[in-house]
Amino acid sequence: MRDKPKQIHLAVVYSVGSNHNLWTRSQPGTHIDFSSFTHLAQTAERGKFDFFFLTELLRLREKGPRAIEDHEVAGSPNIMAILAGLAAVTTHLGLVATDNATFNEPYDLARQIASLDHLSGGRVGWNVVTTNVDWVGENFRRGGYLDYGDRYLRAGEFLDVARRLWESWAEDAVEADVARGVFVRDDAIETVAYHGKQFDISGQFTLPRSPQVHPVLLWAGNSSEGREIAAAQADMVFCKERDLEDGQAFYADVKRRLARYGRAWDDLKIMPGASYVLGDTEEEARERAEHIRREQVSPQTAIAFLEQIWGQDLSGYDPDGPLPDVKPADPAARATVSKLRAEAKQHHLSIRDLAVELTSSKTGVFVGTASQVADQMNEYVQRDASDGFVLAPFVQPTGLDEFVDRVVPELQERGVFRSDYESTRLRDHLGLPPARTAGSQTAPPQTTKGAFDAPGRQRPSP
Amino acid sequence: MSLADVTEKGRRLHLGIATDGAGSHPAAWRYPGASPGELFSAAYYVGLAREAERAGFDFLTIDDSFAPQSDWPQDARGRFDALQLAARIAPATTRVGIVPTVTVTHTEPFHVSTGLATLDFISLGRAGWQLKISGSDADARLFGRKGLAPPGEMYAEALEAAEVVTGLWDTWEDDAEIRHSVTGRFIDNKKLHYLDFQGRFFSVRGPSITPRPPQGRLVVVVGLDHPEALPVAAEMADLVRVPAADAGEAAEVRARVRDAVSGVGRDPDSVAVLADIEVTLGATAAEASAALTELDRLAGRPYVPAGFSFAGPPAGLADLLEHWFTARAADGFVLRPTVLPVGLTALADEVVPLLAGRGLIEAASGEGAPATTLRERLGLPAAENRFTALTGGPRSSGGHP
Repeated sequence: MRDKPKQIHLAVVYSVGSNHNLWTRSQPGTHIDFSSFTHLAQTAERGKFDFFFLTELLRLREKGPRAIEDHEVAGSPNIMAILAGLAAVTTHLGLVATDNATFNEPYDLARQIASLDHLSGGRVGWNVVTTNVDWVGENFRRGGYLDYGDRYLRAGEFLDVARRLWESWAEDAVEADVARGVFVRDDAIETVAYHGKQFDISGQFTLPRSPQVHPVLLWAGNSSEGREIAAAQADMVFCKERDLEDGQAFYADVKRRLARYGRAWDDLKIMPGASYVLGDTEEEARERAEHIRREQVSPQTAIAFLEQIWGQDLSGYDPDGPLPDVKPADPAARATVSKLRAEAKQHHLSIRDLAVELTSSKTGVFVGTASQVADQMNEYVQRDASDGFVLAPFVQPTGLDEFVDRVVPELQERGVFRSDYESTRLRDHLGLPPARTAGSQTAPPQTTKGAFDAPGRQRPSP
Repeated sequence: MSLADVTEKGRRLHLGIATDGAGSHPAAWRYPGASPGELFSAAYYVGLAREAERAGFDFLTIDDSFAPQSDWPQDARGRFDALQLAARIAPATTRVGIVPTVTVTHTEPFHVSTGLATLDFISLGRAGWQLKISGSDADARLFGRKGLAPPGEMYAEALEAAEVVTGLWDTWEDDAEIRHSVTGRFIDNKKLHYLDFQGRFFSVRGPSITPRPPQGRLVVVVGLDHPEALPVAAEMADLVRVPAADAGEAAEVRARVRDAVSGVGRDPDSVAVLADIEVTLGATAAEASAALTELDRLAGRPYVPAGFSFAGPPAGLADLLEHWFTARAADGFVLRPTVLPVGLTALADEVVPLLAGRGLIEAASGEGAPATTLRERLGLPAAENRFTALTGGPRSSGGHP
């Protein structure tokens, strides 16, 4: 049993490329101006959050051939650059980047991450993602040739290379001894040579070990394969929102896998995405929540949503009227359409009502007074459905203000959230053990033969 | 305002400062006035940037390469990713331009473009880009994707990369974000453009994920480190860095650059040629020479800097810069102190005031100077968007963000 209640970890994410963001409530430029990112990060730091998190889209979404999706917030910064800027305007807050192991090269990205860890005093995390979509690859030299299996092979080798580079300067390599004329101790820098299926690399790294040595590694593990990789490799799983029971099952399943890799229960944190709607009364909060759901799906968004399913122009239909009576262009969509028709008929839903139901999830949204929201979040964590939450406010950049002002004090009063930072390192905020370096007892497995080759997985033949 | 206008009213020289590690000399870290224990600390570089800003330099440069700078055991080595460092410095300053090196041989032009655009957002329009190739075998082996190509091929690839990097900046028109709540449209997607770049070395679809940066086009700096760099400079550069042995050579190279710029249909007055000058200051010429001799002794081998190396008193340097500038050997300079931070402080306190006193730079270019974009500060023409003509929107940006 624990002497003090389990501590909640909190992060804030600014995500792009969805209808989550209520952009009509914020001013022009606020999704890209540095001052917005500064406000959000400083608010999170004021609330003693563990970290600030950014997700990434490497190609703008399209609603049709050569037509960029125009109903959502589009336009986002380069993640590594904006986080380096935020390192200047914050002092303790963790800074977590989503960086793609398919469309980056390990030496370059490992160096950027190590630079940021130095420049921020040990506050960096890396959410490792992969892509196998040709469409995204069209923005890159590399193109989109990696198939499903190879993208994980590449990610595994990518991490192997990155770890070797991060550890390649001995801990005490830099002497800067003016009198003796020794800047770097002899033999203190390993020449890294890596010869894998994906990478054939050799040379010396340009940076000493950074404060955390390795960044905190996040893995978006939802599939069974993803969970196994996370258990072997990651410090944290960033996962989709689930209700309490599903969350508990997921949590237990992932944590159980840790022992196989010689890791303790608390060595990996599980943090689902979540949001919140506050009110002075429960009723007010519920009204606000319902209003937000409808606001996320404008009449045009609702029509656009159906057009994607029907595969044809439906702009002549009334969003507040019944579902289109025409057949979908693609015969394969007929089953889906008849299911939607049945649902709309049963619940008396208009086009927009249906789009709201289908695209705006209630799961993972905590609704109530500040005290109620604190209780709901706390219960979710204490009952082992997660170790905390990655919060996505609805309004950029001010949406986090009320949470920090009203809910954070409630959590602090319950003794489940820190009232101040005890360290400047993200690894310490999260209560994680030091990085597992090659010399340490629980070195990470050789991923090329380890968890990235999950047993039983079919790899397409070349 | 173009450079030609400036010329009529009293031509001013552009002044940049290299803020790399312990200074340009390999033995700098061992010299009095260096901070060898601070070379991997953000605070050290923020301090240099603020000093450069206080002094009134137009911009600072941060060099970069993937492989370590030196394999001599007694040399300082190691450095940050220059773009990361630039982004870390930017919020801690308000007026000085920030120009990191970002290489294009082993990197993805798409990431280079969004990274630099983001630096421009963070710095409120004070960003520049020093475009370089990764020209060493050691760089190539750290990527393992391709062997070392001949310089001509690498610069041809660099030109394609620069077309993509700058082209992606234009793929969002300045007024693409409309937030039209009645129609539910966040952007006007007619003002977002596919780049559809198809080159010899790669193809990139676009549009960028990042909106057009505040300056529209960051100040692009190309160094003539190799003769094959000239076509890239002619097509792409706002500023050309020249390592010249003396004023005569600098004047020749400047004329060659201007010809090349005219040759591709650009106005030569829209491009400034800056000479690299390595600087060792002393109270007297003898004192400065002695310092340089001592640095060479500490380095343990003969060290030959790229470009002109000045060792002498502050007034001597001011005379030299004035002479090169008035003789049209250069439109400005990138000063490279042999030892930092002491060399920067000496320039700030003893040389910059002399230049201001002679009317070669703005008298109040340091503290109290208004915050402008780097393009404005350098008097560069506003950046036109290559796609805007197609939709009839405003033709340029480059004003205050």
